[in-house]
Amino acid sequence: MGTSVFYLVAFLSIFFSLMVIFAKNPVHSVLYLIVTFFTFTVHYILLNAQFLAVVNFIVYMGAIMVLFLFVLMLLNLNKDNEPLKSGLVKVVGIVAGCCLVVTLIGSLKATAASDPLVLQNVNLGLVKNLGKELFGPFMLPFELSSILLLTAMVGAVLLTKKEKV
Amino acid sequence: MDITFVIEKFILVAIIFGISLVIAMYSTYAERKVAAFLQDRLGPDRAGPAGMFQPLADGLKMFMKEEIIPTHANKWLFMVGPGLAMLTACIGTAVIPWGSAITLGSKVIPLQVTDINVGVLYIFGVVSLSVYGVMIGGWASNNKYSLLSAIRAASQNISYEVAMGLAIIALLLVTNTLSLKEIVEQQHGWRWNVLYQPLGFILFIVCAFAETNRAPFDLPECETELIGGYHTEYSSMKLGFYLFAEYINIFVSSAVMSTLYFGGYNYPGMDWVASVAGPVLAPLIGTAVLFIKIFAFIFFFMWVRWTIPRFRYDQLMHLGWKVLMPLAIANVIITGIVIAIVEKF
Repeated sequence: MGTSVFYLVAFLSIFFSLMVIFAKNPVHSVLYLIVTFFTFTVHYILLNAQFLAVVNFIVYMGAIMVLFLFVLMLLNLNKDNEPLKSGLVKVVGIVAGCCLVVTLIGSLKATAASDPLVLQNVNLGLVKNLGKELFGPFMLPFELSSILLLTAMVGAVLLTKKEKV
Repeated sequence: MDITFVIEKFILVAIIFGISLVIAMYSTYAERKVAAFLQDRLGPDRAGPAGMFQPLADGLKMFMKEEIIPTHANKWLFMVGPGLAMLTACIGTAVIPWGSAITLGSKVIPLQVTDINVGVLYIFGVVSLSVYGVMIGGWASNNKYSLLSAIRAASQNISYEVAMGLAIIALLLVTNTLSLKEIVEQQHGWRWNVLYQPLGFILFIVCAFAETNRAPFDLPECETELIGGYHTEYSSMKLGFYLFAEYINIFVSSAVMSTLYFGGYNYPGMDWVASVAGPVLAPLIGTAVLFIKIFAFIFFFMWVRWTIPRFRYDQLMHLGWKVLMPLAIANVIITGIVIAIVEKF
C-alpha cells in the first residue's frame, strides 16, 4: 500500500507543480504552490519524518505562503498590466529553455538507476531523535545556520529602516 | 487496522464534529445573551422558552436567504473561501484528548481521535492555516474593502503567531513532550501548567484572541472602516459558514487552552472520584469537567468582547511585536534558567 500511496502523492506533487507554472493568474499560482507544499508534507509523513512534516506545514504552508499571497494580492497583477515582451526576449527564452532541457536530459542519462532508499534509522524523524542528532553530532552546522538566519533577519530590518534616514 | 478500530474512531469523530457544531450554534445564542446581560437588556427571548430556539431560526434564515455571487468575483475561490474556513476550524479537534480512556469490560476506548507525537505543533499548524479561508474569500470577492480586510487578517495572524509559538516553546520546556495526551496526564489533580507558566498562559490567551479574530482584535471585521470586512460580499449560508467558523475556532482554542494550561480533564480529588464512580463513569466526569472549563473560556471570550473596545491597527502591531514578543522571549529564557537550576540542585 505504501508504494501506491507514494505514486499517487508523487503524481499530485508533479501535477500541482506544473499547475503553478501554467496558471495565468499569479494568485492561482500561489494557491497551487500551497497544495504542492501540502503534498510534500504527505511525503514526509510517508517517510516517517513527522517533525519535518509538521514544520513544513507550519513554516511553508502557514507562514511563507501567507506572505506570498499577501504581496500578490496587494500587487493585483492582471493581464492588462503585464509588460509586453519583445520578440528578442522570447527567442532568448526559448534558447535558454532548450539548453536547460538538454542539460537535464544529459544529467538524467548519466545517473545509474538509483539504489532503493534504505532508511538507516526508521525513527530518526521523530522529534526526540532528531533533536538529539541536531544538538549532538550536528551541533556546529546547526548553530552556524542559525547565525545565517539571524544575519538575514538583521539585513531585512536594515533594508526597511533605510528609507527613514 | 481492524474494522472495530475504524468504526470506533468514526463514531468518535462524528460525536466530536456534532458537539463542535452544536456548541458553535449555541455560542451565537450565548453571545447575544451575554451581550444583553452586560448591557442590561433581555436579549433574544421570542423563539421558544428564553429564546432557546433562536439559533435554529437563525440557521433556517441563513439557508433560506438568496445566494448572491458577485459578477466580478472569482466564482470558484469565492466558494472555496468559506469551506476552507470551516475545514481549518474543525480539524483542530482531532488531537485534543477529551477524557481518559473508558474501560468497557476488556476493551479500552481512548477519548482522543489520534495521539500523534507532534500534537502541539499540529494545533499550531492548523492555527496558521486558518487565515487562508479569510484571505481567499476576501480576495475572491473583488471588493477593495474585502481585500483590505483579508490583508489585515493575514498580517495580524502572522504577527501573533510569533508570540504564540514562543509561549508554546516555554510550555514545552516544562512538559518535555509534544504529545497532548502526555501533557494532560502530567497535570494530574492540581498540577496544572498555568501554575508553572502564568506569563506564558497570558501571552497565549492574548494571541488566541488575535488568531480567532475576536474583539478587541477583530480588525478584519472593523465595520466602521471596512463595511463588513472580508465577508462584505457574502450572503446566505456562505456568510453563515464564516460566522460559524469563528465560533468553532473559539471552541477549539478554548479546548486547547484548557488542555495545555488548565489540566484538561484533570481536577482536584479525581482519584477519590475515580475510586467511587468506577472505570466507565469517572472518565465521563472528567470529560464534563473539561467542558466546564471550555465553557468558562468561551464565556471569557464573550465577556472581553463586550467590555474592551477595538484596538487601532498600529496599536495592534505595537502590542504584537514590541510587547508580546519580547515578553515571550523573556519567558522562554527565564523558564530555561529556572529549569536548569532546579535540575542541577
